[in-house]
Amino acid sequence: MDTVVTAKDRYVAEFEALERQGALESPSWLVPVRRTAISRFAERGFPTTRDEDWRYTNLAALAATPFRPAGDTVAAGLPAEALERLGLGGTDWPRLVFLDGWYSAKHSSMRPLPGGGRVGSLAEAMITDGELVERHLARHAAWDANVFAALNTAFVQDGAFVYLAPEARGEVPIELLFVASSPGVLAQPRNMIVAGPHSRVTVVERYVGLTDEAYFTNVVTEIVAGPGSAIDHYALQEQGADAFHVATIHATLERDSAFSTCGASFGGRLGRTTLTLKFGGEGARGALSGLYVVGGHQHVDNHVTVDHAVPHCASQQLYKGVLDGHARAVFNGRIIVRPHAQKTDANQTNKHLLLSDGVEVDSKPQLEIFADDVKCTHGAAEGQLAPEALFYLKSRGLGEETARALLTYGFAREVVERVAVEPIQAYLDRTLMARLHRRRATEES
Amino acid sequence: MSTTAKTLEALANREYKWGFVSDIEADALPPGLNEDVIRLISAKKKEPEFMLEWRLRAYRHWVTMERTAGAPTWANVKYPPIDYQKIVYYSAPKQKGEGPASLDEVDPKLLETFEKLGIPLAEHKRLAGVAVDAVFDSVSVATTFKEKLAELGVIFCSFSEAVQNHPDLVRKYLGSVVPYTDNFYAALNSAVFSDGSFCYIPKGVRCPMELSTYFRINTAGSGQFERTLIIAEEGSYVSYLEGCTAPMRDENQLHAAVVELVALEGAQIKYSTVQNWYAGDAEGRGGIFNFVTKRGKCAGRRSKISWTQVETGSAITWKYPSVILQGDDSVGEFYSVALTANYQQADTGTKMIHIGKNTRSTILSKGIAAGHGNNTYRGLVKILPRATNARNYTQCDSLLLGDRCGAHTFPYIEVGNASSIAEHEASTSKISDEQLFYCKQRGISGENAVSMIINGFCKEVFKNLPMEFAVEATKLLGVSLEGSIG
Amino acid sequence: MLSIRNLCAGVEGKEILKRIELEVRAGEIHAVMGPNGSGKSTLAQVLAGHPAYTVTAGQVTYLGQDLLAMPPEERARAGVFLAFQYPVEIPGVSNAYFLKAAVNEQRSRQGLEELDAMEFLELLEEKLELVEMDRSFVNRPVNEGFSGGEKKRNEILQLAVLEPRLAILDETDSGLDIDALKVVAEGVNRLRRPDNAMVLVTHYQRILNYVEPDHVHVLFDGRIVKSGGKELALELERKGYDWIREEAAAVQPAGA
Repeated sequence: MDTVVTAKDRYVAEFEALERQGALESPSWLVPVRRTAISRFAERGFPTTRDEDWRYTNLAALAATPFRPAGDTVAAGLPAEALERLGLGGTDWPRLVFLDGWYSAKHSSMRPLPGGGRVGSLAEAMITDGELVERHLARHAAWDANVFAALNTAFVQDGAFVYLAPEARGEVPIELLFVASSPGVLAQPRNMIVAGPHSRVTVVERYVGLTDEAYFTNVVTEIVAGPGSAIDHYALQEQGADAFHVATIHATLERDSAFSTCGASFGGRLGRTTLTLKFGGEGARGALSGLYVVGGHQHVDNHVTVDHAVPHCASQQLYKGVLDGHARAVFNGRIIVRPHAQKTDANQTNKHLLLSDGVEVDSKPQLEIFADDVKCTHGAAEGQLAPEALFYLKSRGLGEETARALLTYGFAREVVERVAVEPIQAYLDRTLMARLHRRRATEES
Repeated sequence: MSTTAKTLEALANREYKWGFVSDIEADALPPGLNEDVIRLISAKKKEPEFMLEWRLRAYRHWVTMERTAGAPTWANVKYPPIDYQKIVYYSAPKQKGEGPASLDEVDPKLLETFEKLGIPLAEHKRLAGVAVDAVFDSVSVATTFKEKLAELGVIFCSFSEAVQNHPDLVRKYLGSVVPYTDNFYAALNSAVFSDGSFCYIPKGVRCPMELSTYFRINTAGSGQFERTLIIAEEGSYVSYLEGCTAPMRDENQLHAAVVELVALEGAQIKYSTVQNWYAGDAEGRGGIFNFVTKRGKCAGRRSKISWTQVETGSAITWKYPSVILQGDDSVGEFYSVALTANYQQADTGTKMIHIGKNTRSTILSKGIAAGHGNNTYRGLVKILPRATNARNYTQCDSLLLGDRCGAHTFPYIEVGNASSIAEHEASTSKISDEQLFYCKQRGISGENAVSMIINGFCKEVFKNLPMEFAVEATKLLGVSLEGSIG
Repeated sequence: MLSIRNLCAGVEGKEILKRIELEVRAGEIHAVMGPNGSGKSTLAQVLAGHPAYTVTAGQVTYLGQDLLAMPPEERARAGVFLAFQYPVEIPGVSNAYFLKAAVNEQRSRQGLEELDAMEFLELLEEKLELVEMDRSFVNRPVNEGFSGGEKKRNEILQLAVLEPRLAILDETDSGLDIDALKVVAEGVNRLRRPDNAMVLVTHYQRILNYVEPDHVHVLFDGRIVKSGGKELALELERKGYDWIREEAAAVQPAGA
């Protein structure tokens, strides 16, 4: 208990120090929000396994380590070639690069958005698009209940800002690349994606670790899909082996909008995504998918909430996990259908493939339904590779290992197939295959 | 309002047929709970020393729990705090002498009560050979067929009798599945339990008839704390039915029971409950608080325990019949239909704990919510790392009648090894206008159509009830949903 | 038997049927054809009493009674049968159970004794033979897991069991291959009697090759624009619905 308190106090002290230095003064409207957020964090501290939402994810190690924010000189240290390798879209895509939480203009490449809008650092946007930022920042993600969002909100300084003007159409995906290069660092990017009415955009958040030592990324992304707009969102996590990655994503869908998000988790020692989809207007559609492939002693936790607050909306969830070694996966998928949210069509599927005996899966698909003219289904399954399928492949001449790898790949592919952007699909395929091969190598050794 | 909505409205406001009160003299202790009350209860029942000791240990543990954490609050149900000092912990119908030697000696008014409930105590009216134990308030009134069963070595008697006549068996198994430390209500029950049923089936015996107990809470302000223990030795089989009713009263009454089932190697226990406690009136007043801990332990290899329940009553239901699958190759099953109407709340489900190898569990839960009812399924499937090759299949379906009720599912699936398979499916639906119109177009009235569709919805569960009681359950559901349809 | 006068009906404020006039006598088979959106299915549903549709004007007399004043189950018990275009599924309720309930409701209305399970199964066997359908239909839940063709055939089985006076078949032929179509048509033909009547709502002329209609009506934009004998169906087949559209446009100026 003692260590938990210590780390928390360190963060609070850090906040106070920054305040005194005047680093948290602007914009002025944010100041009272920051203060409330930090006191919320101070009151509650890091969750323990006695909190229902964290019952399967033990944060003791995270809570015990006092990470510190990186200095803003880090950006200078990274060679440009290192980044070239990491980029997904080559030179075609507009890209924002953040190093240890700080925006690096030098490494980013910008392009004006067709139809109008802005892509840039949140810190700049607070000045150039102050009114828009004020309308949405910290108005969506519930930081009073979510301690990590509160922590992030207290310290908000920078992150990505993507705004599409009405009717604007982003022709190529926008890449937000967050690179962690220094151990012991706490990076807290804050992202805002706002799509004006009838606009379309694809945004890819990517988290990559260049060090295998421990660091902590606590990111909050707030997304607002204006009426009739379409947002295709990706969150790809390939953090370092000992990293802690906590992401809070909140999407508000207005009338007739379409939102899809795909979260892939491959790295980190502990990864937790709290994804909330809230329907704010009728006729909106949400598609959430996730894929995680973990082994060793990795721990991945996806908490998804879809809130059908209005009628005539549809949502779909597909989460698949492959577990090996002594990995642990937690999935909590909550569908809430409020009274009067009639004609809701919601379904959720969650499947885990367990490849070794040391793994553990905790799955809690939840339905809370208060309206009757709705279609809601969910299904969860945990199991192994089907023996008949293995036999079939072997009867066609494939060896045991190849057969297993093929079937595992096939299992994961259902999520990858839904990815509409070719380079992202290719990236996922590559990463999947690499992980599966690595697994085979470790097993055989 | 559309015809469909009107039909559903009427269905939700069904009347409780069994809400009458029997005027029978009762021998009752004043309300309140302390160690003296416990001693008094034990003395009235002439219990051996070990029993009193056990009660007192449980009571002291309960007091600690009450003082530190209080009653548990995590269930998805809302109820006002219960004042444990206002409850009467012992009430027995006054009998002449030491208790009835035969049914002739039982107070005729008592017999009449059971007749009204349609429960046959008179031997010549036996219900296709079912042995019945009747419990009125906290005391077992009569048990039929004792001699016939005794010939086979089957013991079926009230718990109090078992404590006196078979203390070794009781001592061996009591608390082995639900220790008094298990939870708040289990501790309370262990301290103040008044009576219940005891069944013991010896090795290799297939109990020739269904064993059945009917409970009825009659005295105002009394709580019902039964304790049931069923032991099935190697290779034996028993099918047991528990049914309940209670009169209409304004204040809530507390029902905190504990049921323990032990199945040894190759044994099979089938436990069915058709429950129709008073649910509170249309405004949600009165009604029974039903907090029950029911657990079966498949202690031996290849043993099997099935829970089947049909719940249509009780203001607040909180029960999770569970199975601990300890023996290798053991099987646990849970089939449930829960109906909530008016302002009822149900938070119910099951726990299947897979410990041994090659264990199997099946969960089939059907919830029907109407009126302002709230129906929650809460289940746990836990597969421990050493429970290799476990299989679980869970299906939870909810049927919503009307738009002011709620149906929720909170399943917890915890899998600790890679050779097991756990599958879970859930769906929510309503009786669609299309379905109703289809039935009506074939000449079937709205009310019958709804009944038919609901029975179709529950069919898979009903077919697991012993035949006689499947009929009763279907009727009960029908009666529960019967309204004055114009 | 059935007399429709000036029937106007719609759904959610939109008018679909505009002053329909139709006479059906006992022993007759009428075909109602029309392009998509003409209101064919609406007519069928309105006659059966589907709650989604509102009748805004007109009268329908059935065997001397005011049909529109009767709730759907009353119409059914009086002998009106609708074979649905998209039969709904009723999980957990077997065909046998469902039909027995329907049959017995009818019988009790007619003052007859209800059939018990044995008697009903005998009746069912007879009817299964009549429409050449498999016993396996009996215990399956109503339409659950049925293919499109099976659902349509199930409707015909129900038609055979319930023996209605007026059968309205709503696009029973759509989605069927030629073999299934023949089976359905055969069933329909065997159920023809001098004291019952049928209204076949269909988009295609195909089924009329096997079930010979006495009268053919063409529905367009909510009105019956042409009526004739079975030759009309053949003409429609040759010329297509555009012919009707052009004729209708010529007769009525746009916006009328």
